[in-house]
Amino acid sequence: MRITVMSVFVDDQEKALRFYTEVLGFVPKHDLPAGGARWLTVVSPDDPDGTELLLEPSGHPAVKPFRDALVADGIPFTMFAVPDVRAEYERLRALGVRFTQEPTQMGPVTTAVFDDTCGNLIQIADPS
Amino acid sequence: MVGDVFKALADPTRRTILDELTVRDGQTLFEICSRLATNHGLTSSRQAVSQHLDVLEAAGLVEIRREGRYKFHYINTAPLEPIVERWLRARGQT
Repeated sequence: MRITVMSVFVDDQEKALRFYTEVLGFVPKHDLPAGGARWLTVVSPDDPDGTELLLEPSGHPAVKPFRDALVADGIPFTMFAVPDVRAEYERLRALGVRFTQEPTQMGPVTTAVFDDTCGNLIQIADPS
Repeated sequence: MVGDVFKALADPTRRTILDELTVRDGQTLFEICSRLATNHGLTSSRQAVSQHLDVLEAAGLVEIRREGRYKFHYINTAPLEPIVERWLRARGQT
């Protein structure tokens, strides 16, 4: 078994596509109509055949209370790897991204947590 | 009130939480839990840490500030003042 797709719930697929590509730097992979919404995935430009991230509409009523509770406690929905968390923190901050946790050494890794503007907190980590 | 402060400080995990807030003030529950685990090997559940924070908040040693959808925890050393007053400053004056 392999992980081919993982999803994040997003409030607005178009806005999410912009944030995940223009700000985070992923590239679009699939964009297909799927029952009123889109099957919309992005991938890392460094790994175009790697795991796809599905930008899944957050319309289900269970999503909001679940996500509100996670965000209030600062708990990231998922995690991405970057070569250098501090450099990425500076880059994203310059683009107006809001961090709930500044780069912090956590054992063998440095991590930081930011708001993806689509309803989630995302953790970035490097193997420093 | 001072009794609550002593009770809050009696627990080593709660003292460690205050130590970590001294390193960087204004942390989410997630960051506090991560710091306890990675810096101190304290793998208490998030719920347990949340309860520790409730005790610290009740004693006035931690303040929670909400900022939009996020909740940050700040250390407040004001409740320690009466202790310093009682045993350090008072003694220095005599």
